[in-house]
Parts: sequence; C-alpha cells; structure tokens
Amino acid sequence: MAELKAGTRVKSAVCATEVMVIAAPGGDVELSCGGAAVIAATETAEGGSVDAAHAEGTLLGKRYVNEAGDLELLCVKPGDGSLAAGGEALVLKEAKPLPSSD
Amino acid sequence: MNVMMLLEMASQGFGDRVAFTNGDESLTYQELFDAAGAAAAEIKASGCENVAMLDVSSLGMPVAMFACAWAGIPYVPINYRLTDEEINALLDRVTPAYLITSPDRVSAFTDKENVQVHAREDFLAKAKSGNVLEEPWSMDQEEIGVLLFTSGTTGVPKAAVLRHKHMVSYILGSVEFMSAMEEDAALVCVPPYHIAGISAVLSSVYSGRRVVQLPNFTAEDWIETARKEQVTNAFVVPTMLARIVEIMDEGGLEALASLRAIAYGGGKMPLSVIEKAMDLFPNADFANAYGLTETSSTISILGPQDHRDAAASTDEKGRRRLISVGRALPGVEVEIRDDEGKKLPAGERGEIYVRGEQVSGEYVGKGSLLDKEGWFPTRDAGSIDEEGFLFLEGRADDVIVRGGENMSPGEIEDVLLEHEAVADVAVVGIPDEQWGEGVAAAVVLKQGKTAEVEELQALVKERMRSSRVPQLMVFWDELPYNETGKLLRRIVKAKLSE
Repeated sequence: MAELKAGTRVKSAVCATEVMVIAAPGGDVELSCGGAAVIAATETAEGGSVDAAHAEGTLLGKRYVNEAGDLELLCVKPGDGSLAAGGEALVLKEAKPLPSSD
Repeated sequence: MNVMMLLEMASQGFGDRVAFTNGDESLTYQELFDAAGAAAAEIKASGCENVAMLDVSSLGMPVAMFACAWAGIPYVPINYRLTDEEINALLDRVTPAYLITSPDRVSAFTDKENVQVHAREDFLAKAKSGNVLEEPWSMDQEEIGVLLFTSGTTGVPKAAVLRHKHMVSYILGSVEFMSAMEEDAALVCVPPYHIAGISAVLSSVYSGRRVVQLPNFTAEDWIETARKEQVTNAFVVPTMLARIVEIMDEGGLEALASLRAIAYGGGKMPLSVIEKAMDLFPNADFANAYGLTETSSTISILGPQDHRDAAASTDEKGRRRLISVGRALPGVEVEIRDDEGKKLPAGERGEIYVRGEQVSGEYVGKGSLLDKEGWFPTRDAGSIDEEGFLFLEGRADDVIVRGGENMSPGEIEDVLLEHEAVADVAVVGIPDEQWGEGVAAAVVLKQGKTAEVEELQALVKERMRSSRVPQLMVFWDELPYNETGKLLRRIVKAKLSE
C-alpha cells in the first residue's frame, strides 16, 4: 500500500466498506479491511470474503483511529469487514459534540 | 474529497428522511441525491463553465449546489437584492454561465450573451425527471466548489474561491454525521448567497436535520413558520433576532416550545438583544458563530454553556463574554497580530489571523492571501482574553488614527454602550485639520431615555484617555445596517464627515 493522503478514498477488497482518509502519518501504511489490503475507490474488487477474525464491521459516518492517533478514517460506505493498519485493529473514535452553528 | 460525498452518505444513511421543506413542497435526501445527479447531467450538457443562482431560498438551491459538485462546475450564488446593472457586471465575470433565477427575472437576462437563463421551476422539473449523470463526481479535492462574491461594502465585490477540501473539512470538523433526530428541523432564513446559507445546507445534510427554508424574512413569518413546522433549531442574524424579540415580547411564547437552539452571527449582537432573547427563550441553547466567506463559514463559537456562564456572572469580565464570539473550533487556530505581523499577548487588540483546513483565503484573479505558514489575515480587528475568548472590534481598516495614535472604534463603542440610556452606537474617524482624524459618534438612545452629549463625553474621558473622547456626537433614531446585520460604517462616516 502506498502513502495515504488526507482526502484519499479507498475501499475494501472483500466487503462494501469505503473510507476516506482524514489524517494519516507520513510513509507507507498497510491498510486493510476484512483482513485483505484495501484498494483504490476506482478499482474493481476481485472477490474474496471477509476473514472471520476481521469481521466486526464498519458503520456509516463513524471515524476509525489507530492508537497513536495519527491515522483517522471516515467510513463513507459501511460493510462487514473491520479496519486495520499495519496489523493493528482500528477503533471507533468517540464524537465530541459541538453546538450547531448553522 | 467532494461535498457530494456528504449527500451520498446522507442518502445511504437516511434516504427517506425529509431534507428540505419550502412552503408545501419538500425533498427527501434520496430525492435530493437523484435530482442533483439529473441536474448535473443537464448542467454538463449545457457546456457552461459556471452555474449562477440568482434567487431567494428555494428547493432549487440545494439541488443546484450539489449538482454543480457532481458535474465539477463552480456554483455561483448572486445577491438577488442587487440591481440588474450590478448583477450583469457580476455575470460578466462568470460567463459562459447557466443562470437559474425566479420566473419574474428571466426576461431581464434572456438576451444576455453567453448566459443561458432558466426559471427555477423549469430547472427543478428537469432535475426531478431527468436521468442521473453517469460519470461519478471528481475526487479531486482541489476542485472549486463555490465562487462567492463578497458583499463589497468597501469596493468592487471579490469572488472568493471555496474548494471542495475547504467545505468538506469545515463539515467534518464541526458536524457529527447523523447527529440530528428525525423530528429535528432547522429554520434557515439567511440569504442563499451568504456563506451561512451555503454552510447551513451542508451542515444540515450531514447531520440529517431537515431544513425549513424561509425565503423572505419577517419576524411574523418566522414565528409562524417555526410554530407550524415544529422548528427545533434556528440561525438568525442580529437584526432578525432583534425583530423577533420585539414581537415575541408582546406575547405568544408557549407555541414556540419546540425551539431548542438558536444560533446567530453575521454581525455584532447588541448586548440588550441577546439578554432579552435569553430571557424570552429560557430553554433554548444559544450559540454565537463567527466566520467569514473566506473561511468556509464558522471559525469560532460562543456555546450555550458560555452564554449561561456569562449571563450568570457577577463580575464585569465574565459578563462581557456575552458579547464575545467564543473560542476557535477544533482544528482552527486564531491569533491576534500587530501591524508588523507580530503575535500579540492576551487582551491586546490587533488584527485577527486564522489558520485551518477550512480556510481558503483565495480570490479569483488575486490568488491566495495565506502566508507561508497558512495564516489568513481577516482584516477584522479583535482581541483574545486569557481563556481564549475572541472579541471582535470591527474591521482593521476602521482604525482611527488621531495624531499618530491608533484607536479602535469598538473599544470606544463598548464604553458608550455601558451608559444606561445608550441602545446602539457607531464610532468613526472624521477628517480633522489639527489631528488628521478625529473621533465622532452616532448614538441611538433607548426609548424613553435621555442623555446629554457632555455626560457621554465625560464617561469616555473617565474610562479611557481623553484623546478617545468623541469631538462630535450626534443622536440618531437608528444606525444603518445591511440585510445581514453588518453595520455600514462607511455611511456613518460619510454623514458625520459632512
């Protein structure tokens, strides 16, 4: 997997999940979903199935982060696989509510 | 990154919810998505390079805005209050243009070269019946989403450039996806050509909050619509809130029980109006938002708890927070700098600089005004207190230079506003032979109250240096404001300089 840049959209090769990168550390990031490396949003998946060990699923509109806090993804299409970076499972980021200003 | 992604998520997550209501008509998120796709095909086929929207709020507005994003063509809202001559001058800057307008205005632009004019209803009908554009929207975050003409209170309007990355960053940084309840409804009465009108569409779509459009504001219609549509959230400019408060004060409060949150911004809120509003709507959360066209809307917020704390405060400093515009949003940095660009400590007045991913600071033909570190000089003057609360002090260009001494009109106005008889005041610089510039003030007195020029001058002298005492002071019935509540200081200055 190449370097991730904010704004990049990638998708799972084995489920319906699509995410947009909100923040990413410099350098290569091994991003996977459902146990398989993610592919560019424009690519067509070759098939395959979600690894049972990576099947917690993704939720639309939720953000996923690594422990270091330098990787953040936004789920723009939900799916059955769960996200990981370099083998580390990403976790749901808690929302901090802001007052609505418009 | 494209704002269409926000609508796509909304249509996936809650496609059947009503997204926009205007009078008896409405669109669900799925209908809006489909209409945007069909309108994108229509726009793309026209061969135009920009889409201009010259209209009051209508369902055509969100459709056109998202259609532009899908088609990869800038959306250019134009102030419908301008004269045909002014509009023609703006249109000439965005040709070849696909113009959407109200039916009564079509004929005025039918013969205009390089402009294809469409009545709002015709555009909407095509959007509702046409086929969705097959090509997907671009992922290029550098693509231009909106060109927004600034109000031009100081000269020829500038066309601010908002790219998709700015608008999407603003939304992702300030709104949680699907955070609204299905029954939530936001009453939007800010003009669609104002940045607040644009951001209201994006915020509401992402949060899943239904927007109730009120095309022509009157306080009576606002109250009636809020009641009929069970409105929960509203955004108003200060002059609107002043009118609403005036009418509400005469009775009929119970029926607005659904209203939970009132956000305001766009101009300076008089202390008396916000205090009265908080009394009249004790259960509502108030939020004061400060932002600029060039920053994709809000950069700081004085939140509901800040309002309550300030209102309950017994010391002057705490109380003063009620006229603050709050603290910077997460992801946005704000600092105050002097004329040489040096950062100033807490409490000192200077120019407001802002940095963040939502900050564009770019104009057509002028390029980006961001400095090397990404800071945008707002030309707004202000100060930040020790706890990070930002106070606005007018425009940096409004500074009065009297005998080499710089003074901000805002600080003199704040002192005068403390007088119990003063309802509103504008301080400006006027030509002065001896000092270069002198201080002048136009004062509006509260109804039934009186004050003498001498006692107001004495108040300023007592609280500030004598150089700040207005040498000319006149009493007016009201001050000139534009429709979004911005004080038209140049008019005050022109009158007082006569």
